[in-house]
Amino acid sequence: MSEEFNVLEHELVPEHHLLSESEEKKALAELQLTKDQLPKIRISDPCVATLDQAVGPVEEGRIIKIVRRSPTSGVSVCHRLVIRG
Amino acid sequence: MIGQIITKRISSIKFSLLSPDEIRKMSATKIITADTYDDDGFPIDMGLMDPHLGVIEPGLRCKTCGRKADECPGHFGHIDLAMPVIHVGYVKELKKLLQSTCRTCGRLLLTREQAEDYTKQMARLEELGGDTIDVGLISKETAKDAASRTVCPHCGAVQLKITLDKPTTFREEGHKLTPKEVRERLERIPDEDLPPLGIDPDSARPEWMILTSLPVPPVAVRPSITLESGDRSEDDITHKLVDVLRINQRLRENRDAGAPQLIVEDLWELLQYHITTYFDNQTSGIPPARHRSGRPLKTLVQRLKGKEGRFRSNLSGKRVNFSARTVISPDPFLSINEVGVPEDAARELTVPLHVNDWNLQIAKELVIRGPKPPGKPYLPGVNYVLRNDGRRIKVTDKNAESVSEILEQGFIVERHLMDGDIVLFNRQPSLHRMSMMAHAVRVMDAKTFRFNLSVCPPYNADFDGDEMNLHVLQSDEARAEAKILMRVQEHILSPRFGGPVIGGIHDHITGVFLLTYKDSKFDEEEATHIMSRMDVDLPDPIEGIDGKKYWRGKDLFSMLLPNDIHMTFRASICQKCQECKREKCENDAFVVIRSGKLITGTIDEKAIGAFKGRILDKIARDYGPDSASSFLNSVTRMAIGAIGIRGFTTGINDEDIPMDAKAQIEEVLRLAMEKVNSYVSAYRHGELEQMPGRSLEETLEVEIMKELGKARDQAGHIAGRHLGMENSAVIMARCGARGSMLNLSQMAGCIGQQAVRGERLRRGYWNRTLPHFMKGDLGAEARGFVRSSYKSGLSPTEFFFHSMGGREGLVDTAVRTSRSGYMQRRLINALEDLKVMQDGSVQNTAGTIIQFRYGEDGIDPSRSVQGEPVDIDDIILDVLGEEGEDLAKVTEKGVVSYGIQDRDLLETPEDAESETEDSEFEEE
Ligand SMILES: [Mg+2]
Ligand SMILES: [Zn+2]
Ligand SMILES: [Zn+2]
Ligand SMILES: [Zn+2]
Repeated sequence: MSEEFNVLEHELVPEHHLLSESEEKKALAELQLTKDQLPKIRISDPCVATLDQAVGPVEEGRIIKIVRRSPTSGVSVCHRLVIRG
Repeated sequence: MIGQIITKRISSIKFSLLSPDEIRKMSATKIITADTYDDDGFPIDMGLMDPHLGVIEPGLRCKTCGRKADECPGHFGHIDLAMPVIHVGYVKELKKLLQSTCRTCGRLLLTREQAEDYTKQMARLEELGGDTIDVGLISKETAKDAASRTVCPHCGAVQLKITLDKPTTFREEGHKLTPKEVRERLERIPDEDLPPLGIDPDSARPEWMILTSLPVPPVAVRPSITLESGDRSEDDITHKLVDVLRINQRLRENRDAGAPQLIVEDLWELLQYHITTYFDNQTSGIPPARHRSGRPLKTLVQRLKGKEGRFRSNLSGKRVNFSARTVISPDPFLSINEVGVPEDAARELTVPLHVNDWNLQIAKELVIRGPKPPGKPYLPGVNYVLRNDGRRIKVTDKNAESVSEILEQGFIVERHLMDGDIVLFNRQPSLHRMSMMAHAVRVMDAKTFRFNLSVCPPYNADFDGDEMNLHVLQSDEARAEAKILMRVQEHILSPRFGGPVIGGIHDHITGVFLLTYKDSKFDEEEATHIMSRMDVDLPDPIEGIDGKKYWRGKDLFSMLLPNDIHMTFRASICQKCQECKREKCENDAFVVIRSGKLITGTIDEKAIGAFKGRILDKIARDYGPDSASSFLNSVTRMAIGAIGIRGFTTGINDEDIPMDAKAQIEEVLRLAMEKVNSYVSAYRHGELEQMPGRSLEETLEVEIMKELGKARDQAGHIAGRHLGMENSAVIMARCGARGSMLNLSQMAGCIGQQAVRGERLRRGYWNRTLPHFMKGDLGAEARGFVRSSYKSGLSPTEFFFHSMGGREGLVDTAVRTSRSGYMQRRLINALEDLKVMQDGSVQNTAGTIIQFRYGEDGIDPSRSVQGEPVDIDDIILDVLGEEGEDLAKVTEKGVVSYGIQDRDLLETPEDAESETEDSEFEEE
């Protein structure tokens, strides 16, 4: 396998975006949620690891926005909170 | 009855350990003697039945709280153990604690910084809303890290390896640690080292996992029963406690008398055994404690665990009142929304009627009728009246009149079930929400529950002795909710695949096929007879060659369709010709409906069947549940009318084929055998050409299977040529009512190869399947090819092979049902309290998000079009009419595929075989 393989470029892997602090605030306000209510994603997740390399350090407590293409609803957006593990 | 309103809510539950002090503090008495009752049958003080522990006999008073049997909650006692004993339930924790702390100073084998780091991680995860399992994982990690250290960072002591000899023996490098030693070590662990290990020192100290005193549950938990002979029989738990007390006593005496260490140790171990089995009599590694009769004792864990345990049988599942169970039978003249209830059941099941000014008269009339109003038709009476003071009066023929006199506002009259009452109807296994639906009652004669046959598929019911349950709703809210959400007609479209689960079956499909196939006509008498059963007019007649008036079946059927419905699709009988002749199809398989008129095509399974019915699907979706239910009611009655007039029967002579056809089949099979033999000899001579990626043996098997499969198909075709549309069995197979052409060809032609695990039969005797064949015979007959048909009958060897193949199917379904049942239980436990919130998100009870939008698209699958949000083709057709047909892919959608997958799930073993073999998975 090539060493430059990037999971995020695989067609079956949905888009992952690391949110900045201001984006986090905005997203949480829109959703009317607190961080602890979000679904989780492990820091060891290959997508998170790739994001970590691409757009700077990803620590616990950051939010990742995942955008999926869906045949029924066009796109579906969800947010996940990075946790250890 | 619960009189007062509950004003407190449980906000959290905390589990902690009982300390020996607490055990003694909550104890009503110390138990010291193993004897329970004295010679006069009175409980002995400080024995296991001490009246301080609460009383169970009525009339006696509890010595602790002074209350009577039904008011005393029961009180714990305790046994002081002569020597400490390990609690089996905590051995895992104990092992973790022993391994991760220092043997000398008791500190956690990590530096302060390391320990703090772990605690911080734990706190951080908790703050981020991580689940308890993940948090627990961190403490496991901590323990693992600590256990890997060989030298204590605090005192420098070298650590020895600690192992657990299951179930309860700890060893340090082979040297046995007594529970006492273990306890001493745990006592040394300082409070501040506990949180990193996941223990809150305020609610649990590790040494409490070693028992020094044992709580004795109240008598109410382990009541003794008096047998008919007058002997008393004690509960298993009491028996076990007696054992514990006896050994505890002996151990104490021996220890105090200074008996040899060996004897004391033996007794100590025996005490450990009894206490271990007192908790869990299925602990692996030790023999279960048994009764004198040899039956294993049912101790604490056995009371809780498994299907019959406290959780599954008493807490998650409860027995209820106002319910009935009896055998079911069909009644095609009931609406799909109704259920026929036998009179006997209706007189036992009641609905509470709250008396007020407006219904006082009605209530009085009901009460006057008494508990068994005579005569026909059925009239509801009353069994009980509840007075304002909560007293319950049983209404009898004698007091009926006087009770009705005293009736006043606020009384509750428990009246019998009557027509129109909403009840819940259920058949186990309740695998989906359609397994429990709301029906309207129709009180009827006889002793069975009855319902419309269209409702069989969602319940997966048949009438070979199936029983079903019925529950009578007791409040107005419940009735309203059930009527809106649970009524049968609201469930015609399934949430599983967005198509109908309720619809015509078996004779409905045959009937409607006979009604509409080609240009079947009915004379005036027949037509009026069919139409008299539903609330529609006769359509315009046509004139026959004889000058009399006739009615086309297609016109009769059209009367049930909404006036503005347009549809185009292919019926089940469609032969899937290379080029479709559409309206001019010689099989009359191209269904065209314009403005509610059936123009061409035959109505069959694809139109009105459960799972596949397209007309049903469209009516339910576009015209609503009311229209769908009345359409179904009428269509099924019309079908039964039509089949009744035409007459319909099937028998083994439907599979009769002419002699020359039989000869042809024989010839085909003979040729196939020869071919197989030639393959075998080619293989023997090494002349067989190996297939890529396969061994020579596999190649041979593949070739033979292919050849024999072809032969069976050919036999089926030959038989099929002589089985035409005038044949009842063929009609049923073609229109989708029951059976398949494969079934027929197996009955008339040839059954074909039997397989186990997808291979020809090979197991049995050494190198052969049966002693009837030569060793190493690879021919067709020797390896499970059945050349006979079901009709001609099987030879003994064929019969044996057929049973082998059949057995695999049975075992598969048995395994599949148990496994899917377990999976279902797990899924339900995981998903049961998820909820779709107002904003469309899915949340659990803790308020964490599971999905931001239900299903990620917010689509209710039961309102979807086979999972799609909108039916584009249908809209195009509606807007553009005929011209739209080219734009829309009118012909086929995934209808067939979902139908078959669905059946597969609900199928019973004997059906599964017949229907999976010809399952066709359509691609689109
Ligand atoms: Mg049955
Ligand atoms: Zn008491
Ligand atoms: Zn130490
Ligand atoms: Zn055709």
